[in-house]
Amino acid sequence: MAETIQLVVSRYRPEEESEPTFQTYDVPYNKDWVILDALNFVKDQLDGSLSFRWSCRMGVCGSCGMMVNGTPKLTCAIPLSDYVLSGPIRIEPLQFFPVVRDLIVDINSFLGKLSSVKPWIVRDDEKSPDEGEYLQTPAELDIYKPFSMCINCMLCYSACPVVGLEPDFVGPAAIALAQRYNLDSRDQGAAERMTVLDEHEGMWGCTFVGECTEVCPKNVDPAGAIQLYKMATATDWFKSVLLPWGSK
Amino acid sequence: MSDVTGSPSGPRLYHRPMSFWWWLEKRAYFNFIIRELTCVFVGIFAVLTLFQIRALAIGPDAYAAFIDRLRTPGFILLNTIGLGAMLLHAVTWFKAVPTTMTVRLGETRVPGQVIAGLHYVGWIAVSAVVAWILLLR
Amino acid sequence: MAGYSCDVLIVGGGGAGLRAAIAAAEAKPNLNIAVVSKVYPMRSHTVAAEGGAAAVIKPGDSAEAHAYDTVSGADWLCDQDAVEAFVEEAPREMVQLEHWGCPWSRESDGSVAVRPFGGMKVKRTWYAADKTGFHMLHALFQTSLKYKAVTRFDEWFVTKLLVDDGRCFGVVAIELATGQVHSITAQAVILCTGGCGKVFSFTTNANIKNGDGMALAYRAGVPLKDMEFIQYHPTGLPATGILITEAARAEGGWLVNKDGYRYLQDYDLGQPEPQPVLRSMELGPRDRLSQAFIQEQQKGRTLEGPYGHYVHLDIRQVGEKVIDKKLPFVRELCMKYANLDPVKEMIPVRPVVHYMMGGVHTDINGATPLSGLYAAGEVACVSLNGANRLGSNSLTECLVFGARAGRAAAEFVEQAGPVGRSVEAQVRDEERRLHEDFLGRADGTERIATLRTEMQTTMEEGAGIYRTGATLDVAAETMAGLRRRARHLRLDDRSRTFNTELIAALELGYMLDLAEVILRSAALRTESRGAHQRTDYPDRDDERFLAHSLAQRATDGSAQIEYLPVTITKWPPGDRVYGR
Repeated sequence: MAETIQLVVSRYRPEEESEPTFQTYDVPYNKDWVILDALNFVKDQLDGSLSFRWSCRMGVCGSCGMMVNGTPKLTCAIPLSDYVLSGPIRIEPLQFFPVVRDLIVDINSFLGKLSSVKPWIVRDDEKSPDEGEYLQTPAELDIYKPFSMCINCMLCYSACPVVGLEPDFVGPAAIALAQRYNLDSRDQGAAERMTVLDEHEGMWGCTFVGECTEVCPKNVDPAGAIQLYKMATATDWFKSVLLPWGSK
Repeated sequence: MSDVTGSPSGPRLYHRPMSFWWWLEKRAYFNFIIRELTCVFVGIFAVLTLFQIRALAIGPDAYAAFIDRLRTPGFILLNTIGLGAMLLHAVTWFKAVPTTMTVRLGETRVPGQVIAGLHYVGWIAVSAVVAWILLLR
Repeated sequence: MAGYSCDVLIVGGGGAGLRAAIAAAEAKPNLNIAVVSKVYPMRSHTVAAEGGAAAVIKPGDSAEAHAYDTVSGADWLCDQDAVEAFVEEAPREMVQLEHWGCPWSRESDGSVAVRPFGGMKVKRTWYAADKTGFHMLHALFQTSLKYKAVTRFDEWFVTKLLVDDGRCFGVVAIELATGQVHSITAQAVILCTGGCGKVFSFTTNANIKNGDGMALAYRAGVPLKDMEFIQYHPTGLPATGILITEAARAEGGWLVNKDGYRYLQDYDLGQPEPQPVLRSMELGPRDRLSQAFIQEQQKGRTLEGPYGHYVHLDIRQVGEKVIDKKLPFVRELCMKYANLDPVKEMIPVRPVVHYMMGGVHTDINGATPLSGLYAAGEVACVSLNGANRLGSNSLTECLVFGARAGRAAAEFVEQAGPVGRSVEAQVRDEERRLHEDFLGRADGTERIATLRTEMQTTMEEGAGIYRTGATLDVAAETMAGLRRRARHLRLDDRSRTFNTELIAALELGYMLDLAEVILRSAALRTESRGAHQRTDYPDRDDERFLAHSLAQRATDGSAQIEYLPVTITKWPPGDRVYGR
């Protein structure tokens, strides 16, 4: 039975070095630990200078995304026991984002992309709250519900090669969020969002690699959201060209 | 837009360059590139077919010459690879279709495997019809 | 060193903070609103709330009924004017959030659905499956992006309130990405920084819940109210403290001891029925349920495991279909963190620190006694929740009082006029303090984690569900020792770029201040009420203690406690009756 397990962690201290290096830590093996627990052991007991983001430790805040042996993971949701037999665990900051420090990446580009898709209810006619809620049946809720589960952990951005090759690509989570609102029966803003998303940097930048859905810890299925969006957009375009009299 | 204002200097960010060989770093990426390349063979086959029709239009000698060319090892190899690529192309296409469409019967969503499965059924049916026409004497 | 300024500055970007920002922006559209948060807003701990948010909308319910449930749930320590305002405004706030896109679960006719919840006589808890806090926070965050008047300072850590001449006029904060110290001046500041569960070792709370705003206010001379009242949620997973929502009991879950017996029937909480009965048994108030656990433990009827004593939460009878529809997150958490499927097995649970009823003293508009300073949400004590909070009131509280504080602050800015104070000296002082006490110090001897763990263990043992004068005194002495040792912290990280160890040291400082206040307040309240149970003073004493404790920092640094009578409007103190 393993007594210790080895973490090989990417370090980057911009005040001391010009590029990242790796540092190795031996932590005690505890079968009930997740990877985040091992990182916290390092920080608390071995090396307080290791910087990383974390908060809720239960897979809902989206802070603790990192590359674990080359795959983006939520470190609070991955048991250490998954790696106990496969040698040292390599931990690096989320790929395709610039590194600020150690395992912390700069996510401001993501926030800009999120804002750009107008992720809020857009309506031509607003009801006052005094008039009560907008009605929405359980079936209508189910249509957009998976796309509303995104915790903004950005694992999908780290899995998507288009994000790496084309930094302006709006990306899986932002497009899925746009779809979440487009498909919400209360929203009337689909046309407005189209101006951002019916572009090369928008939905058409996606080449359906599908890795975003693979790594998503919340089963949002951003790949599905994007392909549905493309289908709907293309169908609308054909309709407007072939049946111009029937367009709304 | 309401976004972050940082201080003018900002931290010294490190940008990790993306390797030219990024598509070899992960099985999923490699599979993706191969999938995309199958389109090239679909295109090659289409062009070959155009040339075949052209030979047919010119006359029986030209057509016989064309068929002789197809029997050479080079073209046999090309078409064998092409067949493999086309099969892969069809299979990966069918795998992708369920993600691109949600079909609902009432309130329940039709499972993805059913949609993909129906595509296979359709493929086999059409192939059967084509085979019957070709083998008709 | 650069200076920033705005009109209304909100510290904290969770449910209350974002609601306050939107409210201020809507009330006075010409003002500059800024939200400063040590994490990106979608990481705020509001995101982890599960069960639901209460508001009266269904026929057969009334604001008065909601108020009475809240008042009796609070063991009469809440201010009834605050409760009345809360229950009146709650429905409109919740519908507003629905208009902003929150995906509430629905009835088949499309109207919002409600579920039963602890301590409530009528079903009135709105829910979004069992990820209500997540959906509320994301709806608020995404909606806040619409307002151009709102600027955010993400990952800026506030170290001090700027105060001069009885007026709060901004903050000093570290920009985490660069380590630079900045001032943000404002005409009004609203604290929305949440609670301080991390003062304890076993808590549902995230790492970021260190009571920053409470400590900042306390150090600025603002009183903290009712700090001795700490809510233990009855059902947390034993190893991690991860929350298993009250909704699991609302949908029909049972709490059983090691003999499979629904033990709550022994504690004056009613008789067991197969279906949940409101205000009875597993739907009793959280303080009574947590206390029942301790008593079961003393009788030897709880199970013992590698992570301590526990009982079982049995939701198998709820059925897979309902679990997947209304409790999917519970199922996911159990499978991931407890290695079991609650459809087939019982969930091990035990009481876990969850919420602070106490906090920064405010009036019903979120105003603190310090001019220009407001507070809303868990950081504040209005008091809405008194001695014990009912589940699903706090998410609504974020909306109602976040909006009230936002509007009040915006109004204040319009009336009060600008602040012409020089801040450079204060910013330089902070820089010097950070250097001398932390970054520049080479002779430190204490590790942050060691002191933090000792603090947490001391609080867990001394100020748990049941306390005595003796345990509180011992804890206070240990805490004093820890505070002395905390002046000799040794940091491994002396750099500036995203130095999370420095932040941990500052957070430890906040928590040590608050721990002292909690212990002192608890020691002086010689009665038992709600979540504060003294085995040496087991009865409720309305003659002396129908009052809030107010803790203020004296010049020698110690916590001085005074008392402020509770505001009674409609409901004179009575007995808390559940199950009959």
